Amino acid sequence: MSPVNDLPAAPDAPDGALLSVRGVDVGYRTGRRSRVTAVHDVSFDLYPGQSMALVGESGCGKTTLGLALLRLLPRTGVVSGGEILFRRKDGTRVDVRTLEKERLRRFRWNEAAMVFQGAMNAFNPVLRIEDHFLDTFRAHERVGGRRPRGEILERSARLLETVRLDPARVLGSFPHELSGGMRQRSLIALALALEPQLLILDEPTTALDILTQRSIVERLTELREELGFAMVFITHDLGLAAELADRVGTMYAGRLIETGTTRDIFHRPRHPYTSALINSVPPVAGDLHVPESLPGGPPGLNALPPGCSFAPRCAHAADACTVTRPELEVLEPRDAGLSHAAACLRSTDTELHAEGVFRD
Amino acid sequence: MTDRTANPDHAEPRPDEPPVLALRGVRQVFDTPRGDVPAVAGVDLEVRRGQVLCLVGESGCGKTTTARMAAALAGPTSGSVLFRGRDVAEMDRKERAAFRHSVQYIHQDPYASLNPVRTVLSTVSAGLRRHGAVRGRREARRAVTELLERVDLTPAEDYLDKYPHQMSGGQRQRVAVARALAMNPEVIIADESTSMLDVSIRVSLLNTLGRLRDELGVGFLFITHDLAVAKYFAWRGEIAVMYLGRVVEHGPTPQVVNDPQHPYTRALVSAVCEPDPDLAGTRERVRLRSDDIPDLTALPPGCDFHPRCPSYVQGSCDTERPPLVRSHDRLLACHVLTRG
Ligand SMILES: Nc1ncnc2c1ncn2[C@@H]1O[C@H](COP(=O)(O)OP(=O)(O)OP(=O)(O)O)[C@@H](O)[C@H]1O
Ligand SMILES: Nc1ncnc2c1ncn2[C@@H]1O[C@H](COP(=O)(O)OP(=O)(O)OP(=O)(O)O)[C@@H](O)[C@H]1O
Ligand code: SF4
Ligand SMILES: [Mg+2]
Ligand SMILES: [Mg+2]
Repeated sequence: MSPVNDLPAAPDAPDGALLSVRGVDVGYRTGRRSRVTAVHDVSFDLYPGQSMALVGESGCGKTTLGLALLRLLPRTGVVSGGEILFRRKDGTRVDVRTLEKERLRRFRWNEAAMVFQGAMNAFNPVLRIEDHFLDTFRAHERVGGRRPRGEILERSARLLETVRLDPARVLGSFPHELSGGMRQRSLIALALALEPQLLILDEPTTALDILTQRSIVERLTELREELGFAMVFITHDLGLAAELADRVGTMYAGRLIETGTTRDIFHRPRHPYTSALINSVPPVAGDLHVPESLPGGPPGLNALPPGCSFAPRCAHAADACTVTRPELEVLEPRDAGLSHAAACLRSTDTELHAEGVFRD
Repeated sequence: MTDRTANPDHAEPRPDEPPVLALRGVRQVFDTPRGDVPAVAGVDLEVRRGQVLCLVGESGCGKTTTARMAAALAGPTSGSVLFRGRDVAEMDRKERAAFRHSVQYIHQDPYASLNPVRTVLSTVSAGLRRHGAVRGRREARRAVTELLERVDLTPAEDYLDKYPHQMSGGQRQRVAVARALAMNPEVIIADESTSMLDVSIRVSLLNTLGRLRDELGVGFLFITHDLAVAKYFAWRGEIAVMYLGRVVEHGPTPQVVNDPQHPYTRALVSAVCEPDPDLAGTRERVRLRSDDIPDLTALPPGCDFHPRCPSYVQGSCDTERPPLVRSHDRLLACHVLTRG
């Protein structure tokens, strides 16, 4: 039953945490001898029932991190360092990095599930939606416990209703017969099928209009209360993050550079990149407002500057910023992973606050 | 690249100028085992030089289907698509090729639209090579480098030799945009082309597209579900709001966004998420009578929106479909609003 590589987790994971990510590095092989590091030294604790938004520049490593948490990286990707500790439904803790094949298979869907970015074409084009549900349920049945087809379809129908889809319409359709947003919702329903404790959603609403988005947001919030799963969702929609998340993590160039409660991040951001991101949201109400966009582009993964990766674009960079790499430092300690922390050498600099960079 | 030099005078649209691209009563009915699906049920739209027409609406309301007809990727079941006054369906091969060159369609899903075995260089330069705009590898690299910089994929050398699977969602999306820009099109049909970008890059890309609009007079059919994006990019243009295959409100952007009239548009605008956790709970939202979107194969009688509409009036709304008619500064399809 208990293979050697299914080790109990190291003790440094806090007791109540569902997921403890410790110093995770993720790289991609890009050639015979070349590779890039897409995620550097990421650590955080996620508690049951929490909802954490992961925001940041396009290409900063959000998807890579999400895939790594479930070991879903493509063949060229490797988690080259750190631990991903997960407390399973039975209370035992495992390092996802060391799970062997069969256990990993059961871990996904049952314990944690992911809705991929670009999920619109994650479906097999020649299978009807109902077949995807049947396959998923069947693949996770206990030996001998084969459920009748009708029962599975009934359950699938309920799941589709939770994401505001009409099962009679959707179950018998092929993926190409559904619009982008309908496919995306079908996948969310599929991910909920085995009642995972952790749901990772990568851009769950990019293809959805605001009304559908809002009803899914409301449904997910209700479901989270009802079923108590935790959620990590990756998004570029800061409005969505503000509404759906209890906490937010900002990433830049592969690193987690700020983390805190939703209020911390939106009202008191302490990293200039987070502030810049929030300030570039164009508002819907009122006259035309020309939002600021950050000058320059993110550094190439192969050519990260020494010191703070954001320094070349930062309006507040001091000399030290180009030499010393800032570590994630706790500014406001709190329990349950809710501390406010920022990786900026000037995060507590009173001058910056006076300048109003960080709106208090 | 064929260089169309920037000339601001050139871009000023004249009111009498005919639209570059026009949809006239286009319908698209899909024939499925469940019956006919009228995905687009008679839509009239015009794209003018240097102008933006934004298409917004609920998931599944027919935006992509409309865009595909506008790009001549699908023929309408009835109605016509006119490019500079010429019916696309009647074009010969040569005209069709010119159309394909001038009207660029950017697919909604960059995960499906980029050829997985082609590098970025090859994808973006394919059109340029086909039209003899670049000769040889060096020239192609230079042209593509410049295009990648315009969509903020920098340093460009890092991307030239990458394959789609080696890129993030937003990076792929920008490759798809660069490919369209490469053709120096007159019209760009962009289907949710900034949805996977962070706000900062999104604004920067919209500014890049805005320069094409203002300096080169490129016309846009721009699909987005993000009203903030629609407002920013189409401020001097128009917004058409679609519901179940029909346009229900259509007018100048500032009016539609700041003073929405149709009950559906009002619901959309009130549902916008605020990037402020304290505001989030306090905004007053339009409550719909139902969240369920009717099935296209079993549309309700009367106004398509009436089962969900908070302003619904029994007797008129559930018997007759309201036509799209002019009402002050815009077009509206709603009994309650247009009959007073
Ligand atoms: N298979 C791969 N091989 C090499 N590099 C890769 C691969 N997949 C992703 N990358 C690179 O790793 C970085 C992080 O990619 P990732 O997909 O995690 O970004 P992201 O934060 O999800 O961005 P987006 O918001 O645009 O989806 C990017 O710079 C990307 O180009
Ligand atoms: N090939 C097809 N066969 C049958 N039905 C289709 C087909 N393509 C689209 N549809 C249906 O037509 C309707 C409109 O789809 P379309 O993709 O145009 O919506 P959309 O407005 O772009 O939605 P989204 O915002 O979700 O992308 C949907 O109900 C969809 O299920
Ligand atoms: S016609 Fe009636 S049901 Fe339709 S939008 Fe207007 S008020 Fe609502
Ligand atoms: Mg991503
Ligand atoms: Mg679409």
